Amino acid sequence: MLQYTLTRLGQMVIVLLVVSVIVFGVMNLTGDPVLLLVPPEATDAEIAVAREQLGLNLPLWEQYQIFISNAIHGNMGVSYMFKRPALDLILERMPATLEMTIFAMIMAGVIAIPLGVYAGAYPDKMMSKVIMSASLLGISLPSFWLGIMLILVFAVELNIMPSSGRGEVTSFWGINLSILTVDGLQHITMPALTLAVGQMAMLIRLTRAGIMEVMRQDYIKFAKAKGMSAQRVLFGHALKNALIPVITVFGLQFGQMIAFATITETIFAWPGMGKLLIDSIYRVDRPVIVAYLMLVAMLFVVINFLVDVIYTLIDPRIEVK
Amino acid sequence: MKQQLLQAFFGSEGYHNFRHNRLAMMGAAILFLFLLTAFFGPLITPQDPYNLKELDLNNSFKPPVWESGDSRFLLGTDQQGRDLLSGMVYGVRISMLVGVLATVYSLVIGTILGLIAGYRGGWVDSVIMRIADVQLSFPGMLIALFIMVAFGRGIDKLIIALTLVGWVTYARTVRGSTLAERNKEYVDAARVCGFPSWVIMFRHILPNVLTPLIVIGTIQVGNFILTEATLSFLGVGVPISQPSLGLLLANGYQVLFSGLWWVSIFPGITLLLMVIGTNLLGDFLRDELNPRLK
Amino acid sequence: MSDYLLEVNDLKTWFHTFKGVVKAVDGVSFRLKRGEILGIVGESGGGKSITGFSILKLIDPPGQFDGGQILFEGEDLLKKSEQEMQKIRGNKISMIFQDPMTSLNPLYTIGQQIEETLRMHQSELSREARRAKAVELLRIVGIPSPELRIDSYPHQFSGGMRQRVIIAISLATSPALIIADEPTTALDVTVQAQIIKRLTELVREHNASLILITHDLALVSEVADEILVMYCGKVVESGTVADIVTRPAHPYTIGLLQSIPDMAGERKRLEQIPGMVPSPFALPPGCKFAPRCSRYQDICDQQEPTSVPVNNRHSVCCHFYVEGGQPSESDLT
Repeated sequence: MLQYTLTRLGQMVIVLLVVSVIVFGVMNLTGDPVLLLVPPEATDAEIAVAREQLGLNLPLWEQYQIFISNAIHGNMGVSYMFKRPALDLILERMPATLEMTIFAMIMAGVIAIPLGVYAGAYPDKMMSKVIMSASLLGISLPSFWLGIMLILVFAVELNIMPSSGRGEVTSFWGINLSILTVDGLQHITMPALTLAVGQMAMLIRLTRAGIMEVMRQDYIKFAKAKGMSAQRVLFGHALKNALIPVITVFGLQFGQMIAFATITETIFAWPGMGKLLIDSIYRVDRPVIVAYLMLVAMLFVVINFLVDVIYTLIDPRIEVK
Repeated sequence: MKQQLLQAFFGSEGYHNFRHNRLAMMGAAILFLFLLTAFFGPLITPQDPYNLKELDLNNSFKPPVWESGDSRFLLGTDQQGRDLLSGMVYGVRISMLVGVLATVYSLVIGTILGLIAGYRGGWVDSVIMRIADVQLSFPGMLIALFIMVAFGRGIDKLIIALTLVGWVTYARTVRGSTLAERNKEYVDAARVCGFPSWVIMFRHILPNVLTPLIVIGTIQVGNFILTEATLSFLGVGVPISQPSLGLLLANGYQVLFSGLWWVSIFPGITLLLMVIGTNLLGDFLRDELNPRLK
Repeated sequence: MSDYLLEVNDLKTWFHTFKGVVKAVDGVSFRLKRGEILGIVGESGGGKSITGFSILKLIDPPGQFDGGQILFEGEDLLKKSEQEMQKIRGNKISMIFQDPMTSLNPLYTIGQQIEETLRMHQSELSREARRAKAVELLRIVGIPSPELRIDSYPHQFSGGMRQRVIIAISLATSPALIIADEPTTALDVTVQAQIIKRLTELVREHNASLILITHDLALVSEVADEILVMYCGKVVESGTVADIVTRPAHPYTIGLLQSIPDMAGERKRLEQIPGMVPSPFALPPGCKFAPRCSRYQDICDQQEPTSVPVNNRHSVCCHFYVEGGQPSESDLT
């Protein structure tokens, strides 16, 4: 197990390095960042001075080295816009994003998995068909449009939900959480719902397919031959076998949700790092974009690793090499 | 021969199931309608939204015909006086173009790489799969976003970005199938007959691994349409001069809360319908072509 | 109360599919006494496995029972509800499946899977008593160090060992009847003999009855008391082992016997039955074996043969069955 972990850690580092090269390279090969930092009426001489000060006249390879060594020390550059370290900006907003994403994940899991199990176990019932139609809608909806519609209906027309922003926050072990207040819950519901719907739909289908496939296995028929009732077979055997791959996929979807959070945060003006990214894109605030991508890459790589480890622990067939 | 093929197709269980499956037929019908719109729409739209001379700012933000009474603009107009219906027809065109092309390119590239990886094995396989695995750990949307941010807006760039994101799924699937087929006897037989590798890969193995690709491809079109819409909404997708449905939605979003609802709602519904169409068809194909559910 | 533990009368299990009706089991009748071992033989697709599943009513749609009765301990199982069947399955009648690699749930230990049966049907047992019984069951089927291996997972066992586990599960409740569907087909040849031997020993010790479903006539002739020969969903011949093996009456049975390689005797050509098993959607009218039969005459196409007694317990379904068990020269080609 130790060896496996070390191998994976090594691989993770390589992946991050590759990503850093790609991000750095692409970001710096397109356009000239100097022009964004100097006032529009700067002379060529002033531009040259600025370029030198920022180290932008060095060969790309050296710039990359500086970038990497800075990054390892926690310095991901300074935001053009805010004049503050990019990393700080992102870390400040990370709890908001994580809070919404995790809330959405839990919402999705709690609603979707039971529905999916039902649809898989009783595929011919009317309720199952309703569930599947709903899930079809869920995966076909553009999530941003759903968000917009929710705001239109609940905030503007019916006026029962706040249309944007994060609600009241309370501090919980040093982190600001909004779900612990009623106002906070009101604010987080629609963004989380928007984020969750696509995942819910996917999860319902995945669970249903998993259950249906498992129910066709020999050991299920054998269980019936032992005298088990259909319900016991479902909960005692089929469920565990079907859910393990489902949960794995769901864990990996966390990364997807962080990506989609960028849109949700933009629509709902949720102060998370996704909104920061989009704003930075509009303002061409390169350091922030780069810092976000690196941080998020690290997050994904770690999540994938954790999910793999958990999977090897749950499934007794897998022996770690 | 052709007669036989047609007979086999229309007499098959699959086609029978299709005819009896109202949802699948609906999906196919929707897609067909949109394809028609994409091809022939511009010929029948009341207005050419790209022709600046036809636009009159006095027409901006007119509501749909049942509110405004102006029958020139059936579904209303946007902020520049552009007829929404015409804009939507062109938008459908662009969405379909991006979705279908990106899917086709991803499929071709992914299949080729997957075949090579699965058949050759060794370091080629390792390299290709490594890249695929690494890429898969990142959400496609983010990768596409990054590429579009770096290289700017544009339909061709969009298609390239989506292709770069999409090839992985096909490569993995085809590689898996190829690995399974490689050990079968007909491959040995072909080798013994002296066929070169690429012939074996493309003429012998490929037809046997196509089935899941059809399902993936169908659904991928819908996914790409959504991704394009999202990217365009964020302002990093199609250029302003060639509005897709996503861009129309973005424009509408800005004025939505002032009561000008139609600019957002109609493109949104259209987008929804398009993707529902691909998903319905994809679902049906998946259930039909999956041997394990028989 | 009759002497027969199981009486199957004119059982019809038909599958109503898109392409037509598949009469997998079409009018099958046989009787089984307590403590008897019955072998059901025939080619793949002949209906043997479906017969086995039918007894436990483990038939999924589009299959359904279109006729007949299955009398177990005097009661018709076909009339019983699902809940009633659940009390019988795994309890009074257990089943062994063909593929030991897939019959066990890979996520539970074998101990858990044995104890599951006990928990369902012998719930009066305490937890310790259950475990002790599970260990004991593993011991009698021949698993070494059962107290240790009881907590292992199925993938940690070989095929033969897994099949032993399944036999243990089937014996757990001391059932009156065990149905074994091709129990050794998926195993290595060397292991096959051991497993069958142990299974039949245990069956005799427990005074249970066994229905052994297989395509291997040689195997069944060594262990069974009576044999049923099936073809295309119908019983073509039934009788004691001696009857079937030494005095076969149906041309199909003769064909099967001839295709068994004879290791001891002089080397002769391995005979095969000409032709192929017909598609279930295009069964011949009249006798199903007619297209392949050397004794064929016109009436075979027109009229389905009915069961004719040859002997005390030996009967056959053929218009021109071989008398006295001495096939003529023409039968041997």
